[in-house]
Amino acid sequence: MRHAFTVVAVAAAAFSLAFLVVPVVALFVHVPPGDLLHALGTPPARDALVVSIKTSAIAHVAVLLIGTPAAYAIGRSRFRGRSVFLSLIELPLVLPPAVAGIALLITFGRLGLLGGTLDALGIDVAFTQLAVILAVAFVEAPLYLRGAIASFESVDESQLDAARTLGARPFRVFARVALPLAAGGLGAASTLALARGLGEFGATLLFAGSLQGVTQTLPLAVYAQFEVNLDTALAIGALFVCFGAAVLLALKLLPGWTRFVSLSTFRSASSTSA
Amino acid sequence: MDPLRLAVDVPLREFDLGVELGVGREVVALVGPSGAGKTTLLRAVAGLAKARGQISVNGTTWLDSERGVELPPEERSAGFVFQDYALFPHLTVRRNVEFGRNARADGLLERFGLARLADAKPRELSGGERQRVALARALATDPAVLLLDEPLSALDAHTRNEVRGELQGLLREASRPTIVVTHDFEDAATLASRVGVLVEGRVRQIGTPAELVAAPADPFVATLTGANVLSGVARRFAWLTELELSSGERIRSTDAIEGAAVALVYPWDVTLSLTAPDDSAQNHLEGAVASLVPVGNRVRVRVGPLTAEITSDSADRLGLKVGDRAVASFKATATRLLRHGS
Repeated sequence: MRHAFTVVAVAAAAFSLAFLVVPVVALFVHVPPGDLLHALGTPPARDALVVSIKTSAIAHVAVLLIGTPAAYAIGRSRFRGRSVFLSLIELPLVLPPAVAGIALLITFGRLGLLGGTLDALGIDVAFTQLAVILAVAFVEAPLYLRGAIASFESVDESQLDAARTLGARPFRVFARVALPLAAGGLGAASTLALARGLGEFGATLLFAGSLQGVTQTLPLAVYAQFEVNLDTALAIGALFVCFGAAVLLALKLLPGWTRFVSLSTFRSASSTSA
Repeated sequence: MDPLRLAVDVPLREFDLGVELGVGREVVALVGPSGAGKTTLLRAVAGLAKARGQISVNGTTWLDSERGVELPPEERSAGFVFQDYALFPHLTVRRNVEFGRNARADGLLERFGLARLADAKPRELSGGERQRVALARALATDPAVLLLDEPLSALDAHTRNEVRGELQGLLREASRPTIVVTHDFEDAATLASRVGVLVEGRVRQIGTPAELVAAPADPFVATLTGANVLSGVARRFAWLTELELSSGERIRSTDAIEGAAVALVYPWDVTLSLTAPDDSAQNHLEGAVASLVPVGNRVRVRVGPLTAEITSDSADRLGLKVGDRAVASFKATATRLLRHGS
């Protein structure tokens, strides 16, 4: 019996692997590699690459700058209703992207909740690059916050206490102790969030549209080029596979890498906070 | 007036911690069972735990609930050595020691024998070395008071004795109001000039180690200082007092007490022999040897309800083994009586 089950289990593993890997490999074999590279140079692909890098970079920096201190504050405090609060932060994670897109539209759109205010300020959000940035930030922020909160929670309380008894004010405790000690988890959360943001599709499509050179990001270009030029769509797909592999590799190497980084971040932090 | 004066009240889960204490340029140890509130008291002094009451150091008020003064930890000047040392794992020894505000590492590293470890990370250090780094880090800011939470508990028995000696010297040299918290009376007696016994949030007794051993205020303090505690009923017997133990055996004491009482006998006042000796000791209890535990050049021998501490030479000469019959003898003059429940 046991022997038969072992065979079944191994077969299931082999099947799972094939099911997951074959389609990914197919992206590369349908078109010769040279043509893939060429297709990446076509205007729709180039424009999408520029839009994606620009919007992702801005959204990611904003998420890190606001999310890191926010996660520190949430991770180090205990208050009533904390778990409800955490669930609210995570809610966008489990929403279908299209729902997130509609939600953003009726918040920031011309007829939305904040539309009148933004309009009065002369800011038009929907279907602009700002909308792409908001959509990307909206989907990646919960992922980053969740990982960052967990990282700050795992920092040994007594080390923060030690810093305080040594005369460190709150910013110094954060910058020189909490941040370096949480660096590994923050790096992992940041990488995952970046990958999620780059792949954002549904919310962007509904909230920002798919205008080449303006709001058409790489995933939107895959969809747009699918019927126009399959090679371009495949080339962008292959690019995502390479990027995804790099993300996974980075996450594997991160623990060893952060020990190194935490020291250098500390050194730069110490010169600014002293 | 003592440089450090405190009168604090902290509500804990099962009782209130209420301690009044004045500490001069000396080391005061607080001993007590775990959960007695020792660590909470240190945290309250450092400002890491909320407390009500007053704390003043060299005339500066750190806490005065009535006047609404409560300095945050970073504005007090309390060097804190945490139980697990809480060294910063991402920083070298030198960076750890230099972390504090206006901290100076140079002289300290040499004095603490850490100069050659200056560039090592905490995880590369032994327990004793970590403790020295923690103490050096706490002293580098020249704090007004020094607080140590179970400084020896993270060490194994072997290094513990050695480190205890070192720590004693370093604390003396630091020469500032110091509170050490420990559950071990021997550690307290070695490190401190005065020892306070903290039980359920209250200081039961405070005095020099010798005072506590010689005149423990209650059976708990006696047990803590290492005494044997035998309970029974006391009644006058000629010029002495006789205590009838629950086992039916009787022991005599020169103390005068009647009714339910406990007798305290220190292990080093108990002698052992194979047969009842004809000597001046009034008390002889016979029993089986239950255990033999070497402690340095001595052996702690459990005979019946008593622990005797004798030299290893004597133990060898008697050829004591677990299960042998032996007689424990102690003088009526070395038997302290305390009223039960006092």
